[in-house]
Amino acid sequence: MDAGQKAVITAEGLATLFGVLKGRGYRVVGPTVRDQVIVYDDIDGLADLPAGWKDEQDGGHYRLTRRDDQALFGYVVGPHSWKKFLFPPVLRMWHAEHKPDGTQVASEPEPTQRFAFIGVRACELHAIQIQDRVFLGGSYVDPHYRARREGTFLVAVNCGEAGGTCFCTSMGTGPKADKGFDLALTELKAGSELLIETGTADGAAVLSELPHRAATAEDEAVAEAAVAHAAANMGRAMHAADVRDLLLRNLEHARWDDVAERCLSCGNCTMVCPTCFCTSVEESSDLAGVESARTRRWDSCFTMDHSYIHGGSVRQSGRSRYRQWMTHKLATWVDQFGSSGCVGCGRCITWCPVGIDITEEVRAIRASERH
Amino acid sequence: MSAADPMLPRVARVRRRRRDGPDVWTLDVDPPEGFTYTPGQFNMLTAFGVGEAPISMSGDCAKTGRLIHTIRAVGAVSSALTRLGPGDAVGVRGPFGVGWPMEVAAGHDVVVVAGGLGLAPVRPALYRLLTERSRYGKVALLYGTRRPEEILFRAELEEWRRRLDIQIEVTVDHAIGDWYGNVGVATTLIPRARFDPVNTIAIVCGPEIMMRFASVALRDAGVAPGSIYLSMERSMKCAIGFCGHCQFGPVFVCKDGPVFPYEKISRLLSMREI
Amino acid sequence: MEIEGLERIISEHPFFAKMEKSFLDIVVGCAKNVRFEAGQYLFHEGEGADQFYLVRHGRLALQITSPGRGALTFQTLGEGEIVGISWLIPPYRWAYDAKALELTRAIAMDAACLRGKCEADHDLGYDMMKRFMPVLIQRLQAMRMQILDVYGTHA
Repeated sequence: MDAGQKAVITAEGLATLFGVLKGRGYRVVGPTVRDQVIVYDDIDGLADLPAGWKDEQDGGHYRLTRRDDQALFGYVVGPHSWKKFLFPPVLRMWHAEHKPDGTQVASEPEPTQRFAFIGVRACELHAIQIQDRVFLGGSYVDPHYRARREGTFLVAVNCGEAGGTCFCTSMGTGPKADKGFDLALTELKAGSELLIETGTADGAAVLSELPHRAATAEDEAVAEAAVAHAAANMGRAMHAADVRDLLLRNLEHARWDDVAERCLSCGNCTMVCPTCFCTSVEESSDLAGVESARTRRWDSCFTMDHSYIHGGSVRQSGRSRYRQWMTHKLATWVDQFGSSGCVGCGRCITWCPVGIDITEEVRAIRASERH
Repeated sequence: MSAADPMLPRVARVRRRRRDGPDVWTLDVDPPEGFTYTPGQFNMLTAFGVGEAPISMSGDCAKTGRLIHTIRAVGAVSSALTRLGPGDAVGVRGPFGVGWPMEVAAGHDVVVVAGGLGLAPVRPALYRLLTERSRYGKVALLYGTRRPEEILFRAELEEWRRRLDIQIEVTVDHAIGDWYGNVGVATTLIPRARFDPVNTIAIVCGPEIMMRFASVALRDAGVAPGSIYLSMERSMKCAIGFCGHCQFGPVFVCKDGPVFPYEKISRLLSMREI
Repeated sequence: MEIEGLERIISEHPFFAKMEKSFLDIVVGCAKNVRFEAGQYLFHEGEGADQFYLVRHGRLALQITSPGRGALTFQTLGEGEIVGISWLIPPYRWAYDAKALELTRAIAMDAACLRGKCEADHDLGYDMMKRFMPVLIQRLQAMRMQILDVYGTHA
């Protein structure tokens, strides 16, 4: 039995996990404190984890504060998402050489080292699955995403506390990680003991190399209580069932003018959103015109360039660009990919400089229909 | 096209370049090996060192050794493409998109309404209609453009006009001096076209304003909204549904289109900034 | 004889389609056959607008002349269409030139005669207005597209 094994490890076991993963050749990345924020970056070991830190999040507000314990995962999500590794912000796709006898085009090589993600939250597992659907599940496959995604080892973490802007419960994406991981951790005793669950054969193989003991019914109860506590204390809520239809019948609602007065079109929401996938490309060349290359970079539907065709942009007003982002995320994504594009992580609310809250925008539109 | 990386262009060579209008050039490109396409599809053409742009094919699909693109110089990339000459390298990715409904149109009258540069993406459909003439009923081309000097493919239009099995009507927005043809918008040609509205497939291509009014005029003339097909245009950076730029409501113009039945997009067409 | 032939011709023209016979009987008195050779002008800008035309065969260009640019054609009209609306409102003066591009045969309706008959019989007047309205509105709608220069690059 590979999946569904439950065991308990100590901090030492977790430290060993790093060694085992590196020994297997993974590039280990996970949460760490930098610039007063919890980011995702390469991490070496236990000491790099944000032990004893908690994040205070609200609309346009993020602060790290000290916990009164040394919990290793006592925070939720920061401005980074795992898409920064699977779907890099800047990626050179190909280069070309132009010689008198011809032009040759060659792909850039893909990385061969596989990633191990430590600390993937349930909402993030859903976000990864949503991007899998976009990049791997259609009639075209993105080879750059596939090269980085194949063989990724995912160590999920079940949230014991909800963040100030979280609403995964109402989106049906958490707080419990139910699938898509190799291993899943739930912190039982802050900083010292964690429940570990296997999700795949790879996960079970790695667990077998860690010092662990079998999980008792009491261990499982503690874990369930932690998750239930998170589920009951979400900072936000979105009644998701009818959002698509609600938004698509209100495309000319006055609320869009209202949010347009607040929105700066800064695009932060699109940068921090774990499912946003818009890109643009740039062609570069040396002065002699002998070498040229094309680079793909993250783009945002908030830019004027995004909808530019000869003559001007289709979406010139801030109102239309905000509407595009929100209706794509919550409504037309369903038509395109069969699910909502939103996982309820709350990043867009936290990182919006003016604290625009999509759960509030949906609520306002829905409330106006009742009158 | 490389199956491994749909974003990697294949290198092709320009054979010939011809000026077809004040700012319009047609490139005759030696196609990548095995390249085939259907009327209404487009390629992403790369002017190396400058960038890439979506350009519809404007030639005859049946001539597999030839790849024809008609390009209007409106920006940096399209201008660079129009400056390519014989022997120059051009990057080709494609073919992309859903094309004109040539099979659906079999057994029907076909009305083609084109405006401005819109004549280029419908020309492959016209070649097919004329090559397989017996499969279709009455065929009419209604073409409107700005001035007589900007009439695209004029010699070819005059040649087709001499045929007995196709109706060609041309109009311009305004004319100076020696022009004895029609002056007025393309929609004014519709009442004059000979077709049976209940058994007609309409192909419409041109600036969006023109397509919108032409579709309404065709619908008012009795053509079913599901039988009117438009070719939409939006910003494209990938043509494969990944860059997100070409979204038009729920559809991606690059892969769900660019050809759409009017019925499917009429609501979106009437919305501002969508 | 002449009037009977004209009445049939007028009733067959799309502009007068399905007009009541009693009205046709009135308007035919204002009608006469006319013909223009290719290159001949029907009227010039500024002249008195004392008739309007039902085109039976041929083609006309409506033009406005500008120094330096010559004659600018903004519309062509042909078989089944009508030429002339300036006769409806004072000061009854043509606002453009109309030139036959090819041999053109038309029915000319005397404007003063028709205006008088519409004044005397308001039912006839209303019927005539209902026929003119769609022409005016369609021309206005089409003209909007022309002035928007939809084929321009607008870059």
